[in-house]
Parts: sequence; C-alpha cells; structure tokens
Amino acid sequence: MIIQQKTDILPSEITPKEVFENRRHFIKQAGFGLLATTALAQTNLLFAADATRSNAPIGKTSKSLLSLPNFTKTAYGKDEKLTSYEDVTTYNNFYEFGTGKGEPATNAKLFKPHPWTISIEGEVKKNKTISIEDIVKLAPLEERIYRMRCVEGWSMVIPWVGFPLAQLIKWAEPNTNAKYIEFVSLADTQQMPGVNLPILDWPYTEGLRMDEAMNPLTLMAVGLYGEKLPNQNGAPMRLVVPWKYGFKGAKSIVKIRFTEKMPITTWMKAGPKEYGFYANVNPQVEHPRWTQSSEKRIGAGLFAGRIKTQMFNGYTEQVGQMYAGLDLRKYF
Amino acid sequence: MQIKQLLRRTPNKKQIGRIKFVLFVLCLVPFMRLIWLGINDGLSANPIEFVERSTGFWALFILLLTLSLSPIRLLFGYVWPLQFRRMLGLMMFFYASLHITIYLWLDYGFDWNDILKDIIKHPYVLVGALAYLLTVPLALTSNQYMVQKLRERWKQLHLTVYLIAILGVVHFWWLVKKDIREPLFYAVVLGLLLGVRLFYKLRQIKSKSEKIRKMKLSLSV
Repeated sequence: MIIQQKTDILPSEITPKEVFENRRHFIKQAGFGLLATTALAQTNLLFAADATRSNAPIGKTSKSLLSLPNFTKTAYGKDEKLTSYEDVTTYNNFYEFGTGKGEPATNAKLFKPHPWTISIEGEVKKNKTISIEDIVKLAPLEERIYRMRCVEGWSMVIPWVGFPLAQLIKWAEPNTNAKYIEFVSLADTQQMPGVNLPILDWPYTEGLRMDEAMNPLTLMAVGLYGEKLPNQNGAPMRLVVPWKYGFKGAKSIVKIRFTEKMPITTWMKAGPKEYGFYANVNPQVEHPRWTQSSEKRIGAGLFAGRIKTQMFNGYTEQVGQMYAGLDLRKYF
Repeated sequence: MQIKQLLRRTPNKKQIGRIKFVLFVLCLVPFMRLIWLGINDGLSANPIEFVERSTGFWALFILLLTLSLSPIRLLFGYVWPLQFRRMLGLMMFFYASLHITIYLWLDYGFDWNDILKDIIKHPYVLVGALAYLLTVPLALTSNQYMVQKLRERWKQLHLTVYLIAILGVVHFWWLVKKDIREPLFYAVVLGLLLGVRLFYKLRQIKSKSEKIRKMKLSLSV
C-alpha cells in the first residue's frame, strides 16, 4: 500500500527534471544571450563549430555554489583560444567510465567525488592521508591555460584551476630514495562501469620522474573553467602535465606513491611498443597508430584541417633542459 | 500458414524492383544523417573523426550485408536476394569513397607528404588504403557490359571481395586502441559468412569425389 503524504510543495513548483539537468546548459545559453539566434547558429556551425559554442559556461554566481576556493588568474596561455566548456566536458578519455568519448560524461553523472582522501605512500618520511578539502589549502589555487595534446592526434586548450604538484610533494616529504612518483586512480566497480571490463589493468596508474613532477608546469588540477572539476574530467583531483600526451594525466587520484624504481604505468603494460614512460609530445617520434607530426584541434570544425604539433607541445623552454642528452626515440 | 507461404514465395520482377528501391533508400539514410547532423552541429567535438568513423563503419556494414546474400541462399534456399549484390556492393563503394575523400581532404587537406607518411608508417592505414584500391576495379567492372566481356575472368576478379572484407575488418581492428569488442564482433560475423561458404564448398567437393569413386567402383565391377 502506498501512503501518500501531503507536502507543502505544489507539483507546479517542482523544477522539471529536464530543466534541472540542463541548468548549466541553460545558464550557458542565457549568458550567450542575443549574440546568436538559433538560425544564425545553424548556418555558422558547419564552418566554425566553436563560434557558436560559449566559452563562458557559468555566471559568477554559480562559482560559490560549486564551492571551488578562490583562485588567481595567471599569464599561462592567456593568448590561447579556449576549447569550449561543452567540448572539454563531453569529449573525454576516461576508460573507468567507458571507452567511448561521450561515455564518461554520461556514466560519471552519479559519481561521488566527496568525501575523498588521498594516501601518500612509499619513499616518504611517514605514510599519511589527506582529504581533498585540506589539499586545496596546501597552496593558493591558480588558473592556468594549457594546451592538451592527446596521443590519438587531437588537442584542446583548457583553463585548469589547480596548484603546482611541487607544493604537494613538499608537504608529502619524500626521502632521498624517492626518484619517481606514481599516481593511482580510483577503481571502484560500483561507481565506475568501465572497471568491470578487463580492457586495462586496473587501477589506472601513471608516473613521473621526480624532476618532472617538481617542474613548475606540472599541475594538480581541482577545477576547470572556474568551477570544480567535473566528474568526467577526473574529479576531485587530477594530474596535468602539458608537455606530455594526455594519458599521463591520471584522473581521480587516490594514491600517490614515491618510488626508487621507475613505475610501470597502465598504458606501458597495455602496449609497451606504443606507450613509453616518458610520453613526451614529440612530432618526430612516430606512433604505430597515429600521426604525431600534426593534430586536430577540438572545436575547430569540420573544415579546419590539422595544425602542426610542436615539440614538447610547445613547452620546450620550460621543460627541454630536463631531457638534455636523453635519446627521445628510445625513451619515448 | 500465411507467413510460411509468404516466405516461400519468390517476388516477381516488379516486387524485386520495389524492394531494391527501399534498400537503396535505406542505404542512403546514414549519409543523409551525416548531412543532417552536420547542419545541426551534431558531429561531436571531433567532427572529422566522427564522419571518418561513420562512413568507415557503413562501408564495412554494407559489405558484410553484401556477403550475407550467398549464405542466405546456401542455408535457406533464397536465390532472389542475390539480385541486390551489385547495388549493395556499389553502396559499399560509395561509403568507402566518402571515407577516403574525408580522410584525404578534411583530415589531411591533400597534404600528400603527410598522407604518404601516414600510409607507410601506420599499418592500419596501409591495410585500409589497400582495401580501397582493391574495390576500385570491382566498381569499374560492375556494369553488365564488363560482366559479359570478362566472363570467367570477371568471376575471378570479383573474388577479391573476400580479401577486401578481411582487410576491412583488420583495418578496423588495428585502429582500435584497446577496446576491441566492436571489431571482434565484425570479425566473427565475417568468419561466419565465409565459414558457411567454405562448409558448402567442402561438402560439394566431397560429394563430387564420392560420385567419382562410385563411378569407378561400378566400372570395375
């Protein structure tokens, strides 16, 4: 038997589910305002898809609602043309939520990135854990616009919000044996449908050499486009290493381990001939599947063609010296 | 009872024409869909890859459909669907040509240097290019004139469709990074389609040799 309880909310007051779910889109559209009528949008889209996609996903008011602490803007990538929020959050490689590009956005909807703790292990003074709330207090947050080049031959420009990984390492207090750092992502069969398939050797692990991890460019991201990191982009915290192929950026990190030996990463296990430990963006080193000398910029439209891929994704000045004397063909 | 009778019937010429027309329109639906999505910004964040994947998929799908007509005859005795082979084959060629055009034009902007490098260095591209090159002579000789002119050689030439199908599936398989479920499915379908043919061929050879053996036996008596 169903007992109906009276409520003081009229059915007419309840926001329809569709409207509720589309609120972000709705705000986007509203912010976009009168600039583009639907008709205009439709004729333009074929030629420049991004022209009609808003680059500003949310109004100022939504920021506090999403509880990302204050951050400062930086000069990183200030002249770059951003990939739209829509594309950044609907075109993802996050196999824990499915191998299709659109699957993470759909399958990660119910994912709970709170509460979240990260454990620090291995070659450290003392093993410890830290909550995501405390992590964002370790260092002031900043917005950095980075290019992201995927090994599959496409790229984006994303305004991340985060802090340099070096700050977290300082807090973690690694000992002198620590030569490498390993990142382990969550592998929760309940929340992540992709983990139930033996496509990769779960949990997803990635790694960096200590000097790479300490490089000022290496970012721990907790947000993008001024809001908390969306689930499909690796909530609550992910790695961003802009001069390496995108798969180096471990998502939804639960464990950080300092090691003496080079960690074997998930993709190294999956295809040792295709994916190396370094995975630096390098137009001269061919991949057996994809052209690495050029790339497709996401959002540029059907007729935009390719752009040339730059050495270290254009960050040679900041990172080139770390690889002086290293045979990048051998250590790809 | 009625269904049984209906199934047993062979459509007349007019009906064949109608079925052919419906099939023709159905085959164009994926193409129309791409155009519609293109106009309505529905080609995903990576539109070039989207149209490449889509046209490649439909080329392979229609090819497998073409190859399923003979097994249908062998297994169920329907001969009339074989009349659709040419049209389906040409439809497959249409999608494969779109696929190649998009690759050469939208993806690589006719940069022949990069294209050549891509073909040589990446096995899946090489296999795909080879598959397409093999379809060209088949499309060119698909008309009635060439069928009559080439006769036996036409039959031999068109056997390459099996090689094309195998190369097509390999092309898809090698392109996929890690999740091989989809190409695996097509590989299994192709395996079954070729397996049925092989089974009947072997049976035919066996019964032939049996006949010869019996004949010899009767002669020796």
